[in-house]
Amino acid sequence: MSSRETVLGRIRSALAADTTPPPPIPRDYIRVGDHPPGSPPVLELMIDRLVDYKAHVREITPDQLADAIDTALTDQRSVVLAPDLDPAIAAAAARSGRTLTTDGTPTVLTPAELDRIDAVVTTATVAIALSGTITLDGGPGQGRRAITLVPDFHLVVLHAEQIVHTVPEAIARLDPVRPLTMIAGPSATSDIELERVEGVHGPRTLSVLIVR
Amino acid sequence: MSTFLGIPRRHAAQEESPLRGALPFPKAARRELANDQLRRNLAHATSVIRSKRALVVDEMPDWEALRDAGAATKTQVMSNLPALLEQFEANVTARGGVVHWATDAQEANRIVTELVRAQGVDEVIKVKSMATQEIGLNEYLEDNGIAAVETDLAELIVQLGHDTPSHILVPAIHRNRTEVRDIFLAEMEDAPADLTDEPRRLAMAAREHLRRKFLASKVAISGTNFGIAETGTIGVVESEGNGRMCVTLPETLITVMGIEKILPTFTDLEVFLQLLPRSSTGERMNPYTSLWTGVTPGDGPQNFHLILLDNGRTNALADQVGRAALHCIRCSACLNVCPVYERTGGHAYGSVYPGPIGAVLTPQLTGMHGHHDVNSTLPYASSLCGACYDVCPVKIPIPDLLVELRGRAVDADRGRTIPGGWDAAMKAAAWIMSDPTRFAAAEKGLAAGRLVAGRDKKIKHLPFPGSAWTHTKDMPAPPKQTFRQWWKETHHE
Amino acid sequence: MRIALIATCLGDALFPEVAKATTVLLERLGHQVVFPADQVCCGQMHVNTGYLTEAVPVVRQHVEVFEAADFDVAVAPSGSCVGSVRHQQAMVARRVGDTALADRATALAGRTYELSELLVDVLKVTDVGAYYPHRVTYHPTCHSLRMLRVGEKPLQLLRAVQGIDLVELPGADQCCGFGGTFSIKNADTSSAMLADKVANVVGTGAQVCTAGDASCLMNIGGGLSRGDTGVQTIHLAQILASTREQVAA
Repeated sequence: MSSRETVLGRIRSALAADTTPPPPIPRDYIRVGDHPPGSPPVLELMIDRLVDYKAHVREITPDQLADAIDTALTDQRSVVLAPDLDPAIAAAAARSGRTLTTDGTPTVLTPAELDRIDAVVTTATVAIALSGTITLDGGPGQGRRAITLVPDFHLVVLHAEQIVHTVPEAIARLDPVRPLTMIAGPSATSDIELERVEGVHGPRTLSVLIVR
Repeated sequence: MSTFLGIPRRHAAQEESPLRGALPFPKAARRELANDQLRRNLAHATSVIRSKRALVVDEMPDWEALRDAGAATKTQVMSNLPALLEQFEANVTARGGVVHWATDAQEANRIVTELVRAQGVDEVIKVKSMATQEIGLNEYLEDNGIAAVETDLAELIVQLGHDTPSHILVPAIHRNRTEVRDIFLAEMEDAPADLTDEPRRLAMAAREHLRRKFLASKVAISGTNFGIAETGTIGVVESEGNGRMCVTLPETLITVMGIEKILPTFTDLEVFLQLLPRSSTGERMNPYTSLWTGVTPGDGPQNFHLILLDNGRTNALADQVGRAALHCIRCSACLNVCPVYERTGGHAYGSVYPGPIGAVLTPQLTGMHGHHDVNSTLPYASSLCGACYDVCPVKIPIPDLLVELRGRAVDADRGRTIPGGWDAAMKAAAWIMSDPTRFAAAEKGLAAGRLVAGRDKKIKHLPFPGSAWTHTKDMPAPPKQTFRQWWKETHHE
Repeated sequence: MRIALIATCLGDALFPEVAKATTVLLERLGHQVVFPADQVCCGQMHVNTGYLTEAVPVVRQHVEVFEAADFDVAVAPSGSCVGSVRHQQAMVARRVGDTALADRATALAGRTYELSELLVDVLKVTDVGAYYPHRVTYHPTCHSLRMLRVGEKPLQLLRAVQGIDLVELPGADQCCGFGGTFSIKNADTSSAMLADKVANVVGTGAQVCTAGDASCLMNIGGGLSRGDTGVQTIHLAQILASTREQVAA
């Protein structure tokens, strides 16, 4: 008998004595928040949560975006981008003489090559105000998971309507089979005396621009 | 020269393993309690995390509703497990993953070793994972010439310190910053000579130490927090980014998953991604969560192997009461509030699963093989104060499970030729306490206790087993008159 | 109201003052107290030590005695004994397949109350006319707190006591380390827990530590006594039963 059959057989016999079916799952928790996506209270909550995690965050208007990107990247000399990033964002990132590298054009960057690049600029898929979480799914402007992981600085451009109030609202917007990365602040550890230290292996700085 | 008389026979079930220590809990606890530094470290760390958790749980108006949903989901998972596992396996396979099944630790270890060898490497990077600790994977790989590098900071501290984990979430919770610095200076070849004990400096030293390995490794090994049956999606929840490194950069990813980690639908994450971070690190959300489904062409590992692990889980499942321990999502909230854990630390439990949940999960995974089995003492490692149940995000009734398992530990010993002192005492007490005449007679005998009391009506020394009490505290002398005697005198009916 | 007193085995044998105080208090409030004479024990010690089968005759004895008695509600001056009645008795009966006994135990549990629950929830009284001119700290026992969820009730009763100087106990919700046979089976761990509880009690400067369970107080009191702290332990019922006349005498 294969191990698969053995394990499944053990499970079936362990459950054989069950007589009553389990009760249904009560879903009385809050699924849709009080405030619609992108509304001022949702943005305010998102900013509060991000600041609490030591992320840098600015709320801007669309016409401020290019300058804001340039300012956010002040200390970064080289930037990696996904091939399908909005050209306007790419152009802003290239200001002040920064070197741009586009992943996959012409070649897919190795981890070692990515490690030599200072920063990455991406968009995102959805963000959750209640828990200060930004989700990437590899969609337009977000790139492979590696490009948002290896560089030490991650700048995310979020659009207000992408920010939802609750976790359930965000989960409903996600495509499960895409590679998903949820980010709540920069990398951190609490392994020494439960004291939180921001910045270990992932990007040590997370900067977020919220475009209203 | 073949006389083995007097050499104790080594009971098969007594062998030390990641799920079974060398000493019964009371003895191991005594050893740990003697370490004042450990107790200070634990008291500090558990109080910090308790208050962090309380803050982020109290701000959730729907916390109890989330717990109810989490608990009911897990109950459903257990009762539908065969169908959910088959659905999960089919979805992982359809998306390019390879699914393996392991009945026990030995089989899981062998599968992993073969997969690593097939990639032609002798070093792998690892994300912190309870499942791989439970099966002793690192030791097995080492015996087979493969180095497994732990990349979680706490696991690295444990590994470099030639130590064992003492907490599910924060395996080095028993170490303070100064001890961590000393371990790094002694064991980490590239540690800066001027390293201080500041947590930030220590974390940066770990970053430098591991960076090269992340960028160059071809094979990574992970556990998992969730496996979604409906989609075949795997989830790993972490903080440092070491998990993202492992599940993203290498060409080959091997994930070991306990069969109880299944969730039916992707939507269920809306509950568990709220319950887990707030319960475990006391954060609204952990910094990083990775979710992947099979293989994504052009992004991440192109070889993905998933090992579904039984290793005693079906033993637990067979018990309709005890199986609730399988609902555990490894948040470790119960450890942080447990007054026993706070004093003894995790090593006293002898298992990779310490604390209240460990005291109910471990003996079910291994079975309890009579009173000589150290794991038979684990269900007694609790004063049944109930703090664990109150914080459990999936409402596992841990005190009830402890009581049930105590019952099974006692039952397992029934019919043995030499009953323990407890057996005789409890049987006698039941005989007395189920009859008022016998109880009144016993109360008369108790009055003799007045003779051993001092003039201050306190008993300072009792014979064994009462000595366990009077070693640290006094016992009041029995009163001159019991309540029922007083009642008879004062209430004529 | 006709109230049946569960004296508890420990209370009957070792701490008769607690059951006496409960009687005196309820009678002072104008109720009739009955004491079913054949009562012995709720079975908790057996259950918590793993002797669940042995607990069954103990539980049956409890159920039969109280079923036969004539009363409106039953009371025990013990959070853990009431916790056992409500939470464990039916469980042990069901475990051996005796569903009839389980149902009877459940019905009985439905009209069994811990003292502070009886006073606040059933008798709707918080000021029981007590007088107790001492500095007191209150330890909420684990089973009152987490099995019965008595919450603020004992504190409501204590705050209404004349002359009392009630001080908050740091780390109040932490177990004192008793846990029945836990204090013997895991004596070292239990003692470590007790040491912290004793330090917290002493730190309040209270003259008296009170609680709703004689068993936990026996543990805390044993530690306070061994440490020559001068702090006394006294059950909540005794404070509530205390009056100006009694103190004057």
